Order: sequence, then structure tokens, then C-alpha cells
Amino acid sequence: MILARQVLSEPEEVYKRIKDRDRDDDILLIDVRRNEEYAREHIPNAVSLPLAKVIESTDVPTLLKLFAGIGIVIGKDSKSIVVYDDTFGALAARVAWTLEYLGYENVSLLAVTYSKWKELGFEVEYGSESNVSMSKVSNNKNNNNSSLAVTVTNANINKNIIASYDYIKSIIDGSIMNRDSGTTVKLLDVRERLNYLDHHIPTAINIPWKAFSAEDRVLKDKTEILDILRSRRIEPKDEVIVYCGSVGTLSGLSYYGLRSVGYSNVRLYSNSLKEWRSLNLPLEGFKDAHYWDLSAE
Amino acid sequence: MLKNLEDKESNVEYWGLPEEVRSVDEMIRLYKEGKITDDEFRRFRLQHGMYGSRLNKDYTMIRIKVPAGILTPRQLERIAKLSEDYSIGSAHVSTRQNIQLHWVYLDDAPMVEAGLVEVGLTTRESCGNTVRNVTCSPFAGVCINEHFDVTPYAKAIARFFLRNPICQNLPRKFKFNFACCDEHSYARIADVGLVPAVKVIDGNVVRGFNVYIGGGLGPASYLAELLEEFTPEDMLLPTCISVIRLFDRLGDREKVHRNRMRYLVHDMGFAKFRELVLKERSIVNLTKSVLVKLDIRESKSYEPYGDDIKFKPFNPPEGFERWYKGNVIKQKQRGYVTVLIPLQAGDITARQLRALSDICREYSLEGHVITTPWQGLVVRYVKEYRLVDMYRALKDIGLANYASSITSVVGCTSTTSCNLAITNAHRLAKEISSRLVGLGLDMDDAFKDTTIKLSGCPNSCGQHMIATIGFFGAAVRVNNTLTPAYNMLLGGKVGKENSLGTIVARVPAKRVIDVILKLIDVYRRERNDGEGFASWIDRVLAGEGNGIKDINALRLIIEEVARLPSADEEPEMYTDYGSENRFIVRTARGECAA
Repeated sequence: MILARQVLSEPEEVYKRIKDRDRDDDILLIDVRRNEEYAREHIPNAVSLPLAKVIESTDVPTLLKLFAGIGIVIGKDSKSIVVYDDTFGALAARVAWTLEYLGYENVSLLAVTYSKWKELGFEVEYGSESNVSMSKVSNNKNNNNSSLAVTVTNANINKNIIASYDYIKSIIDGSIMNRDSGTTVKLLDVRERLNYLDHHIPTAINIPWKAFSAEDRVLKDKTEILDILRSRRIEPKDEVIVYCGSVGTLSGLSYYGLRSVGYSNVRLYSNSLKEWRSLNLPLEGFKDAHYWDLSAE
Repeated sequence: MLKNLEDKESNVEYWGLPEEVRSVDEMIRLYKEGKITDDEFRRFRLQHGMYGSRLNKDYTMIRIKVPAGILTPRQLERIAKLSEDYSIGSAHVSTRQNIQLHWVYLDDAPMVEAGLVEVGLTTRESCGNTVRNVTCSPFAGVCINEHFDVTPYAKAIARFFLRNPICQNLPRKFKFNFACCDEHSYARIADVGLVPAVKVIDGNVVRGFNVYIGGGLGPASYLAELLEEFTPEDMLLPTCISVIRLFDRLGDREKVHRNRMRYLVHDMGFAKFRELVLKERSIVNLTKSVLVKLDIRESKSYEPYGDDIKFKPFNPPEGFERWYKGNVIKQKQRGYVTVLIPLQAGDITARQLRALSDICREYSLEGHVITTPWQGLVVRYVKEYRLVDMYRALKDIGLANYASSITSVVGCTSTTSCNLAITNAHRLAKEISSRLVGLGLDMDDAFKDTTIKLSGCPNSCGQHMIATIGFFGAAVRVNNTLTPAYNMLLGGKVGKENSLGTIVARVPAKRVIDVILKLIDVYRRERNDGEGFASWIDRVLAGEGNGIKDINALRLIIEEVARLPSADEEPEMYTDYGSENRFIVRTARGECAA
């Protein structure tokens, strides 16, 4: 059971902490935008870890090494990790979720995107120089304490926040109950409405990911998210499995939307529909209307 | 669910009420818990702007009532956000100047309502047997022909009848339309249509209206008739109240298919109905409280701008001149122009809505946009010298499509969301428009009075009866195969010479574009010097054509093009747009969508 906690870090707070020389060791910012975007400019002291690298492999030792490469020794470190992107928070969410999956608990999303951070007038750092050295410093520090060769046993894999396709299959077959725990399981498709109408995993309901995201923050206020969940009769005691169209980014954001309001039993189907479709698993959809033709896209 | 009520946009009228959000929430809950019946819920739902979605009870269409079509930038942004969160990421502009959000999960409706009310919008009485959105010419206030700006009157009528107990349970829906002038008038296809007029009485110029009563489009369409020579301004409200009272009292509440007021007027005869209206009006005048009056708030007026010299941009970007020709209309206020923004069959994405709100803030002095009866938008009070910049901004977001009348093809939502639809007129409208723009017809002045409008069924939400070329959906057997098809009408028009189209042929859906192109071809051979397409159609309908003398001769040509090869040879000719599968007709109970 994961305890509800703050999933968002406010830019004011983050800025204060990175500027506080006594405490700047306690916080690590991860920039998950593309390398070249990071190289151009980024939040001071942030380290670069593009999303693409994180989803390259699902192998745990590989992932642990990847994070160790930016100075995070999972199972040992406890500093606050704050992840940010410039894509609605969805890429950041997927990386943050990966850290949680690997057993790292002290991780949150920056409450705003990188563009918003700039727009709010917070300081940015240009070029990649200073941060390369920053991450070196942090690497060296860690390397003094432990080797990069972290073993799987060091990590405490959190199986409760992931859903695999066969887990979902068993849920569908068992008519949306988790038979072990006896809780109701809600399968949540967070793609846009037309995609959902077209096809989705049987029994899934649809709340487009944008319904959890605000105009100027990566997530809406808690009361607004709770209103939506209440109207859809998704209860805090339910187990919720979120999925999207490709690699669990947009659904990652929905995952944190649910977590932000204290829903503790949430799983991400990180391989999402991309995998489900490739395995030719059953889909259902609504075929009695030409709704696609209503889109102006 | 409600917040920011204090954060109000200046000049915005607050049509919605927070307590209505709560009642929507409550009623949906009661319905889900089985505590109210389907019928009770349906009545409530329609009165609050929630219309059933095609063959799927889990979803609703939310129709936002937009009095006089006016939407502020903040409202556009809100609609954008709500469409992404709860609908399909696009919004739809209807022929009655509403905005519709489709495929909203019914349980989410209260959240959508809350979001709308917060920015001043409402869905109240946008459906159901009530006074529907009060429509108004998008040129009212800027039209070169107009006697005065009717916008304040349109809004005052909307304000007066919204939530008014006298029109909460009419025999059927009721539609008001305000025109700016005869030429741009849609007044004769409404239950009550109002065209501004002035008269000199005792040496004073008095404002008033030509009041048209009993019009409407549908399986049987009628043009409204003029009530009296001149209805002075102070008689506007008593006249409207009288008509509604008569309809409420005498209208048919039994025969669902014949209970619009136009049938009552038609069956009784207009002379008789006029007499009743005048009599009722004197009773209203004698008995109404002094407090019953219209709350008319004059629109802000703006000083003319700059000199009256011809606008000639230096080195304009590609496409600008074509756009300028079709999309820009001079206003009566010197130096200002109105910019037409055509939308493909009324659809606009959330991204476009947001960009448009910025463009509106930046370029429009009055600071709002207006929806049009041809499913588009206008931005007014733009300084002419800023058009090049505005064009670039619109083009960036895909909103600088060419807006001639023939390429602004109207198509109701049809099988994309409506229970009544037989064919996918929505998609076909988009296909026709793209094809005609591709052929450059928007640049040809011969088609500047030509309109094309389609509906997916006989109910006329696409206003096919008033199009130069109109179509309404049907299912027919061709070569023993059920085929999506359209009844084709010619010669309809609004404005001064208002007339309804004549049905001339039945055309399979996949032959509609061919038939339109053929008509254009024949016109180019047959026209007299300087004669436009619409005038040529009228001449043929009158039996005064040249080589192609009358409609019978033209029909033969149309039928030739409309013929299909066998279903074995070309099976796709027997399918509808947007479908690969064999055509079947599936409809359910309608609730009357516009």
C-alpha cells in the first residue's frame, strides 16, 4: 500500500531549495526533455535524462544503471527528486513512475511545465556546461559511497503500481474484480474521446487525460479531479488501472492525477494499447455513428 | 464545482445560473438511481441543453445557447478546455448559432455546465419545447444596409423569455430571428422573424420592425408572413408575447410531427392568425404590468477610423488577396472591416478556439466573435490596415480558409451524432467544400450568391430548403441495393427574394459531387452574359432556359450523372461517406437537433 503524499512540487518551493546552498544536496531535478532542448537551456542544477532513454528498456538492472548514471542510487539515496518536462507533465510522469516502480519513493512532478516555469520568471540556465559538472559532482559523491554496479536486490521493485496485459486479462475475465483482494477494479482509458469510442480494452471507461490537467499546471486542483472521479463513481477504495495509446506517458499523468487526490491503489499499464493491439487481444468499440467526421483535426 | 465567479470578464452577460448546475447534478443522480422516469428526465435534460446522442444512451450532446451568437475570448477558451476534457476536442457551430459539444459522457454534464456558467454561458432552453436561441444577423451593428443595430433587441428578447414561465412548456420549440436588413435576412424561416424598419411619425423617426410570423423549415417548410406594415419598437414585446400565448393555447400537443407553430398558422390561414395576434396584443397591452418591458441595453458604438482611402497592402503574403476578396466585408463604420472565418461544416478544434480568442483580443475592437447561420464565425471591428497580420495569424492555425458563399457548405451533424440521421451529410459537406475550393470556385464571382446546404434527414437542420443547391438524406434502392442518397433541391434562398427550394431529383451520396460539378458545367454553357449561377437556376426553374429550357430538361442531365454501375462492379458507390460497410438505416427517436 502506497501512502498518499504530495505528488506535485511547486515552482516557488523548488526554486527556493535549489538556491539554498545548505540544502541543494537534498533535491535533484531531472529534465526529461530531449538532449538538445536541455543543452539549450534548463532549470538551474537540473540533470538531463530524456524520456526516450527511460523507456528504451524494461530491464530492471539496466534502469537502475541508467539512474545511477545521473547520480541516483536507488535503495540508498533519499533526496527529493523533482521531474519536469515541457509536454504537459506527461513525460515527467512516466519517468517519475519508473522511479517509483524501482522503489524510489521520494519523487514528485514539477507542478508546471518548463515553459510555464520560464513564463513565471524563474531563473533558467543556458548551455549544458554547468550541469554536466553538477551531475559529475553528484556522481562522484555517490561513487565514493557505492559502486555503479547496483544489483537487483538493492532495488525494492514496486509491483503494486504496474499492470501487465495478462493481469488485465485476468481482471476482465474475472468481471472487473481483483479476486485476491476482493476490490473492484476500474480500467481507465485516458486517450481522447474519439479514440476511445473507436476501440478500447473491454470494460474500460474513458476519462481523457486532459480532464486531469489544468490550463497552466500539469494537474488540476484536487477538488476538480475529485469531482470527475465522483461523477464516474470511481471510489478511493477501488483499484484503478490506467492506460493510454502508446507507452504510458499520458496515462502516467493520469496516474499522478489519481495519486494526487489520495487514490492509493493505482496501477499503470505502462505498455498500454500499443502492446495490447500487437498481441491481438480483444477490443470493443462503438460503431453506430460516424463520430470521426465531427473532428476538425 | 464552481469557482472564480468573481473573476468576471467585463461586458459579458451572465446567462447561466450556478443553481442550475446543482439541479443538473441532482437530476442526473436521481435518474441514475432510478428515482425519476425516463420521460421526466428527458424533459428536464432537454430544457437544460442536453440532447441524446446517436444510438448510445451513455452520451449526450451539450448545446450551448449563444444569444445573438456573441462569444467572448474567455468563453472561447473555456469551450476549448471543456471540449478537450469532456468532449471530442472539437466544438461545432450550428446553423442556429449555438455551440455544440458532442459525445459528452452524461455523468460529466454537471462539470461541463459548471465550466460554462462560470464564464457566463448557459445551456438552459437550448433544446426542448422552449424559446430556443435567439438568433441575430452576424452583421447587425455593422451592416451597410441596416436602419439600426438590432443586437440590443435580440439580447433583450432572449433575456425576457429565458426561464420565463410563459414559455417553459410550449407545444413545440419556438424560434426567434433578428435580421440586420432584408438582404441578409433569415427572418422568414423563423416562428417570429424581425427585420428592422423606421417610420416617420409626427415628424419623428420611430424605430420599429417588420414582423414575420409562422415560418420554419422541416419536412414541410413555410415562409413566415408579414404581420402588419410597421410594428413600432414599443409593440415588439407585446407582439412577441401575444404570438407565444396563442401558440401555447392553440398549438397542437398531440401530433408530434405537426406541432410547430407554422402548421397552426398554415392550417388556420394566415389572415385568421394575424387577426388573433392583433386581438391578443390588445389584451396583452391592456393587462400587462408596467414592469413587463424589454431591458434594452444599447451596444457600444465606435468612432470611424482613418481615411477612406483604398487599402493596398505592400507585398502581401501568398493567398492574401484571394482571402481578402472572399473573407473581408466593409462595415458601415469607416476604416473597419468584418472578417469571415469559415469552418468546415461548423467544426473547430480546441487549439483553433484558443488561437482565435487571442486573435480576437488582438484585432477586434469590440472584442468578441459571432457565430453565423452558415456554421462559421465572424470577427468584426478589425482595422483594415491590420488585415495582413491578422491573415497570417489565422492562416497559422488553419482558420484562413476561403469564404465564398458556394464553398461555405453547410452540413448538419447527421450520422456523426444525431439519432434521426439517415446519411452522413456532415462529411459530405466537408468533401464538397474541399473539392470546390480546389477548383477555385471561391474566386469566381458567378457563384457569389450560390449556396450549398445539406441535411442528413428531412428535418432541415442543415437548412437545405434555402440553398441554391440543397440536399436532404434518404435511403433508396438502386439496382436492388439499399443506397445512401439525397433528395436534391434547387432555387432556395434567404434575403429579400426569399424562396424555398424545389425538389428535382434523387442522387446517390457518392454521386452528389459529380452532379454539382455537372450543374456548374451546364451553367457555364447556358448562362447569359454576366448571369450568376443562382439566377440561371431561377431562370431554368421558371422554364425560361436557353438550350436547357426547363427543369425537366435539366433533370435528365442530373439523372444521367446520378446513375450507378452495379453493386458488384463498384460496391463503394453504395456505401456512405465515412463507412466501408454496407449501408443500413438505423435511427432512433429524435429530440429535434439544429
